[in-house]
Amino acid sequence: MSKTSRTLVTMPATARKDEIIEIRIIVQHDMETGFRHSEQGVRIERDIIREFICTYNGVEVFRADLHPAIAANPMITFTTLATESGTLEFNWKGDNDYASSATSKLTVT
Amino acid sequence: MSTNRRAFIAMTAAAGLAPLFSAQATEAEAAQAIKQIVGAAKIRTGRVDVEIPPLVENGNSVVMKVAVDSPMTQNDFVRAIHIVAEGNPLPNVVSFQLSHRSGRAAVTTRIRLNDSQRIWAIAQMSDGSFWQGHAATLVTLAACTEV
Repeated sequence: MSKTSRTLVTMPATARKDEIIEIRIIVQHDMETGFRHSEQGVRIERDIIREFICTYNGVEVFRADLHPAIAANPMITFTTLATESGTLEFNWKGDNDYASSATSKLTVT
Repeated sequence: MSTNRRAFIAMTAAAGLAPLFSAQATEAEAAQAIKQIVGAAKIRTGRVDVEIPPLVENGNSVVMKVAVDSPMTQNDFVRAIHIVAEGNPLPNVVSFQLSHRSGRAAVTTRIRLNDSQRIWAIAQMSDGSFWQGHAATLVTLAACTEV
């Protein structure tokens, strides 16, 4: 069963050419570590987001490989150069066929 | 009498918590994880700046900033930043892949910390060299212990 969840991308809508823009992404996810136990003493299986990729007009500009040591609702702030107007696509993939994506438009002047 | 009671409480607490920390990575495991990232290359100290609050009240969510001193041009940029923790059950925390289009080699994220420990950041430059930096922190409430 494929899962998905809410995502939040914060970035400017417009930028000057060659300006460095800051992008903050947050995705709703428990990031279950696999080290915790339920009240019955049964180990809770690991269920985390493994991978985050940001593409800019189809070109990969940033990628993160996540491990259980990332806090719940993973937040990452990173930067990229505003080269041309277009679309930034954000993709998350994880355990148990987790997948979610978001897109954001950027106008470069 | 009060000392006896305290000793007893300390003993039971230690016995109860022992299994929780048995899965903890050691400094040696962290060093092993770093070796796996770096391979045969030599690792130098400097250029990498890790920022973590020196005193953490809740290890479940700790803001960590990592920045690498690099011009980030087409020919000289940071290819990757790896974060390794010495006191977590697993040494690997996160790996970021950057490019010359990143503009700045600075990333912020929120991590979990299981214990007071050192956090290492290893930066892989475009020329293949590796640089490392670390930050130490004191954790009062560990992640993983909360149910």
